Amino acid sequence: MAKLFAVTIIVIAIASAIPIVMHIWEPPADISVHGKMIDEQMSETMVEAGICFLVAQLVLGFFIWRYSNRPKTEKIKSFPGGARGLVAAAVVVVGLEVMALGAFGTRAWAAIYFTPPSPNALPVQVQAGQFAFYFRYPGPDGKFGPLHPELINEGTENFFGLDTTHDADSKDDIVTAELAVPVNRDIHLLMHSKDVGHSFFVRELRIQQDFVPGLDLSVHFTPTKIGRYEILCTQLCGLGHYNMKAYLEVMSQDDFDKWLEQQAALQ
Amino acid sequence: MHGSSQQIVHHHAPPTGFIRKYVFSLDHKVIGEQYYALALVAVYIGLVLSWIMRIHLAWPNAAIPGLQFLSKTGAPGGLLTPEYYLQLMTMHGTIMVFFVLTTAPFAGFGNYFLPIQVGAEDMPFPHINMMSFWVTFVAFCVAVAAFFVPQGPPLSGWTAYAPLSALGAVAGPGQGTGQVLWAVSIGIFCIGQLLGSLNFISTTLDMRCKGMSLMRLPITVWAWFITSCIGLTAFAVLMPACILLILDHIAGTSFFIPSGLVVNDQLQPHAGGSTLLWQHLFWFFGHPEVYIAIVPAMGVVSHVLITSMRRPLLSHRVIIYSMIAIGFLSYMVYGHHMFLSGMNPFSSIAFSFPTLAITVPATIIVLIWIGSLYGSKLRINTASLFALGFISMFVSGGISGFFLAQPSIDIMLHATYFVVGHFHLVMAVAALFGIFAGTYFWFGKVTGRMMNETLGKIHFWVTFVGAYCIFMPFHYLGMAGNVRRYQAFVDDFMGPLMPVHKFITIAALITGAAQLVFLYNLIHSRFWGKPAPQNPWEGTSLEWTIPSPPPFDNFGGKIPVVYHDPYQYGIEASTGDFVMQDSPESINSVRDES
Amino acid sequence: MATTVQPPEIKSPYAPGRPSGQDDGWGGIPPCTGDRVSLDDSSPASRTGVWVGLAAITMTFAAFTSAMVIRQGASNDWRHFSLPRLLFLDTLVLVASSIVLEIARKRFAAFDRGLQARRSVPLLWMSSVLVLGLVFLAGQYAAWMQLRAQGLYLATNPSSSFFYLFTGLHGLHIVGGLAGLTLVIWRLSKRVPTLRLSTVSTVSYYWHFMDLLWIYLLLLLWMRV
Repeated sequence: MAKLFAVTIIVIAIASAIPIVMHIWEPPADISVHGKMIDEQMSETMVEAGICFLVAQLVLGFFIWRYSNRPKTEKIKSFPGGARGLVAAAVVVVGLEVMALGAFGTRAWAAIYFTPPSPNALPVQVQAGQFAFYFRYPGPDGKFGPLHPELINEGTENFFGLDTTHDADSKDDIVTAELAVPVNRDIHLLMHSKDVGHSFFVRELRIQQDFVPGLDLSVHFTPTKIGRYEILCTQLCGLGHYNMKAYLEVMSQDDFDKWLEQQAALQ
Repeated sequence: MHGSSQQIVHHHAPPTGFIRKYVFSLDHKVIGEQYYALALVAVYIGLVLSWIMRIHLAWPNAAIPGLQFLSKTGAPGGLLTPEYYLQLMTMHGTIMVFFVLTTAPFAGFGNYFLPIQVGAEDMPFPHINMMSFWVTFVAFCVAVAAFFVPQGPPLSGWTAYAPLSALGAVAGPGQGTGQVLWAVSIGIFCIGQLLGSLNFISTTLDMRCKGMSLMRLPITVWAWFITSCIGLTAFAVLMPACILLILDHIAGTSFFIPSGLVVNDQLQPHAGGSTLLWQHLFWFFGHPEVYIAIVPAMGVVSHVLITSMRRPLLSHRVIIYSMIAIGFLSYMVYGHHMFLSGMNPFSSIAFSFPTLAITVPATIIVLIWIGSLYGSKLRINTASLFALGFISMFVSGGISGFFLAQPSIDIMLHATYFVVGHFHLVMAVAALFGIFAGTYFWFGKVTGRMMNETLGKIHFWVTFVGAYCIFMPFHYLGMAGNVRRYQAFVDDFMGPLMPVHKFITIAALITGAAQLVFLYNLIHSRFWGKPAPQNPWEGTSLEWTIPSPPPFDNFGGKIPVVYHDPYQYGIEASTGDFVMQDSPESINSVRDES
Repeated sequence: MATTVQPPEIKSPYAPGRPSGQDDGWGGIPPCTGDRVSLDDSSPASRTGVWVGLAAITMTFAAFTSAMVIRQGASNDWRHFSLPRLLFLDTLVLVASSIVLEIARKRFAAFDRGLQARRSVPLLWMSSVLVLGLVFLAGQYAAWMQLRAQGLYLATNPSSSFFYLFTGLHGLHIVGGLAGLTLVIWRLSKRVPTLRLSTVSTVSYYWHFMDLLWIYLLLLLWMRV
């Protein structure tokens, strides 16, 4: 039975590695500026993790095969180098590798979080609420009108709680259910939540960020490819969580201007 | 005259009467069995919940016959509503993490074997020990009660993030009474654990018999001791969090709820609270909690492995120091659950480094285990199979943690099935394998009858292969973008992944069936198993010096004296290739501790 | 090949026969000399137990403290109010009770060793502690009433929320201490007293800790509320 177990471990380890090596499930095409760093980090980690995984499982399997059913008279032997060697290996090889990867990984993180949005970034506000995302563009005056939560009314489609009668800045604000953006331009996403925690995840953009009720958070990105991409809510927000999504439409600057005009007319 | 400076050995008379012997027992062994029984009931409830979830995910339009009797509104005609899926998911996580993984390996085995392995007759505070079990039992009843209130249990997940968990019924079905019951249950559970830790720590430090120095304690004792120290601080933080949550529900306070929230077009009356406060308090508990789940299993696995390999580990001290290091580091890493939570991005980087660092003691432990196999004389039985299987599972689950420890990679994997795969491998599988290894190993000692080895091996094989079939694909799903906590998959890219979900569900049902084999084995062997010898595995620690089952005062009034380190195997002695800890026999080739 | 059974070779310093007082480097932890004393004067287990319990209580109040600090910084709706003066008087009552408890403990130790014939002396001092503890709780209640008269309830403002939370939880732990004191008094007043010195020590540690905790809470509330 020991040998069967050893073989099973080894077969499972190799079988687990196959889908990875064959790139069966890969992240989708990268449409961001910083995404390459994340993808490289992921590949590096996968190679190192994969090697550790295979070596550990194979050696485990081999030792189970080799050291079971030993004759009664055989003496116990110790691994060469004993505990000292293994501790050194763990600290030096694994420890340094792991820390090095962690240090390199900070570059990708810094690219997203420690670089400010560019001065001519397009500001778009996004509000997450049970169970839809809504977006607001500032309109020709470039200013967002104030929000009045007590005025929020799904029935009249006043999703953000705007008071267009009394607030001048709100009059030209454009509220949409889709996030359309011009390609190759920095987008400054201003995030707040209407009710509970939500999260904004666009896989192609390599961006995921929680909405925290009570906090105004923001994230910025530059989409580099035209197309239509799914926005998913990834923080449990209630019964409609599985269905809470929107679409990111990346279009040319001209198309975007036309789209914005159309949306303004619908307000 | 009341002289209290005499040295009294605390002998107590054997308990009489059914209530004293089996219900309100002061005997640590009975209390340990009670905890184990509680965990057994809880794990089968959690298992059934997981079957319901898996069937629904693979076949969303299939009705599950009988479910409508649990909840008419939640599952009309047996078809799960979206909210009821989340409610069952919440209770699955809650019951498994608290009432199985914290209870069985720590309170169950620990209560039974800690006093015996240190050479004590019982724990120093038997009344508090008895209270700790019954408090835990009450907590369990309150949790289960949540299924039966009108709107059902909460749907906010076992993590119960605010404000979803704090706003009350307006936030969703089950978020009113169900959530309050949840918070009350967990709060009571914390108290039970604190009472238990009290006894564990006092027993380890103060009740050791003559000759039992700290370094002569078996690794299991160290594991339980370290776990109770972690639990002491962790549960003492979760309880305040639950109290604050309950107050937000019933007293109109705003600890976790900021102002300006609108639910169902109604402005909520709360103001000024901090949503992130809940996450900080919860995860300060939550991360040490997962080590509370795994460290006792590491202890049991080491213990079983050593006995099965017929040699001590390459270094006794290094394992102990590594477990201590893990316990210590566990407090510094909790922010890795909050990388994308909106906290300062610098904090995310700061938390990622200790998270990566905790890889080192964990790797040391795994390397020592594997390295100790070299040159050993491995004996294969169900207990050792589960112990070896633990190593394989722990390696797999630990390595997937390596991805999640890096914030930049977490961007793509957070809240996906990759995370679910990771924690199920380390907790649901590895920790559970530790529980199984301990069960097959110690069942004979506890009950006086051995478990059936054939059924045990069937249980092992189906569980080992089945668990990999279930949880390895979770990682691929996560990498493919499958988001977690969804009751159905309606995203454009999910179509090609549905066959994987079906495969997983079938594997889960088969693996689940194997757990029924285990249950049958447990019950059948309890009454009709082969009588257990005193030392079936030729072990050296003190539990093997007493009869199977042990007398009420463990050592029959004769407290042992210890002469040896705990794992004197691979030597030449009159008893074979081992010498027991309490044997006065001197040893030819004493292994040096490095 | 079996070895003959001989008197144990001393491979490590922990074989029996060595004088007690040797420990294994973990300074302070009682050596395993096999003195299975249980719950007597120098009972290590009850001392360990009470320290473990106090550690848990400390962590709990630390968590609440950090909750308060974070909540105060989360938004600008914190309204300060002045603590009722009564609380400072109440503090003196609690401090006095600790002093009286120390006297009671010493009197009991003397009685226990046979140096003091009458048990009514420690009994009286113990009962005084109980009375002072009850007075303390009455003072807490009166302070609560004063706040209510000002319109400050549990949910009125985060500042009042934390005030009631801290004082209420502390009061609950005082009730626990009173239960311990009652047990001590009951055991001492039986026809044949069954009170052990270790029990008195345990209750004392707990009570003094509640005193210190109260002073910490008072300072915290005075500075922040």
